[in-house]
Amino acid sequence: MSVFAFLIGTLSLAAAIGVVVAAKPVHSALFLMANFATLAILYVLLDAQFLAAAQVIIYAGGIVILILFVIMLIGHDPADHSHQDLTRPAMASLVLGAILLMSLGLQLTGHLEVGTDGGIASGGSPSAIGTELFTRFLLPFEFVAILLLVALIGALIMGRRESGEPEEPAG
Amino acid sequence: MDSNNLFLVLGALIFVVGATGVLLRRNALIIFMCVEMMLNSVNLSLITLSRMWGNLEGQIFVFVIMAVAAAEMAIGLAILIAHNRHVRNINIETLNLLRN
Repeated sequence: MSVFAFLIGTLSLAAAIGVVVAAKPVHSALFLMANFATLAILYVLLDAQFLAAAQVIIYAGGIVILILFVIMLIGHDPADHSHQDLTRPAMASLVLGAILLMSLGLQLTGHLEVGTDGGIASGGSPSAIGTELFTRFLLPFEFVAILLLVALIGALIMGRRESGEPEEPAG
Repeated sequence: MDSNNLFLVLGALIFVVGATGVLLRRNALIIFMCVEMMLNSVNLSLITLSRMWGNLEGQIFVFVIMAVAAAEMAIGLAILIAHNRHVRNINIETLNLLRN
């Protein structure tokens, strides 16, 4: 299992790097979909079957398609050469490298005291997640519902053309 | 290195790659994608820790993060489209409507 996880993790990391260095936004979006799909496989390995399914449906099926639609509308940016210009912010690379070194060092050298390491008894099956969600975490669940409603209305209002605004020129 | 450590290291690596993208790229859409990638790497870490502790709280947290990410994506793309209607591009160097 560990070799398989390592292989999938490598693929996921490669896709993540592809998102950053790809020249065209469409390629970035496709790399992003690969990243999400490989992460879903890792979720299955980690006893989170429900979240793996949700990952595929929400991210790979919903968000990436949304991004692709927006790229189709406005993605073209001929002035963007930032994928070639990766030497510019030396400060950013220093800070990020320091953060990465610290977190990796903590994980590889430190010893994390945890209660049990035998996995979750019931796993992350839909029924286990649902039971938790509708008993102990009912209030956050309701808040999530309100959040999604507000986001829906906000997106509608912002995406709408204002009444005084002129029509889009053709082409 | 046991497999839990492998997943945590992978989460950290993907997070840093996403942060690099946010800092280096100039296209607002690609910055959005990198933000999603960072959220996903945190999800991976939370699921790993949830298994290490043997309870489901981390997975519930990931569920909430997914909902927030979807909301953020819808609002963000709507803002981008509205902005593109005025300025005709999505390069973040030109996103300075509130500055002067």
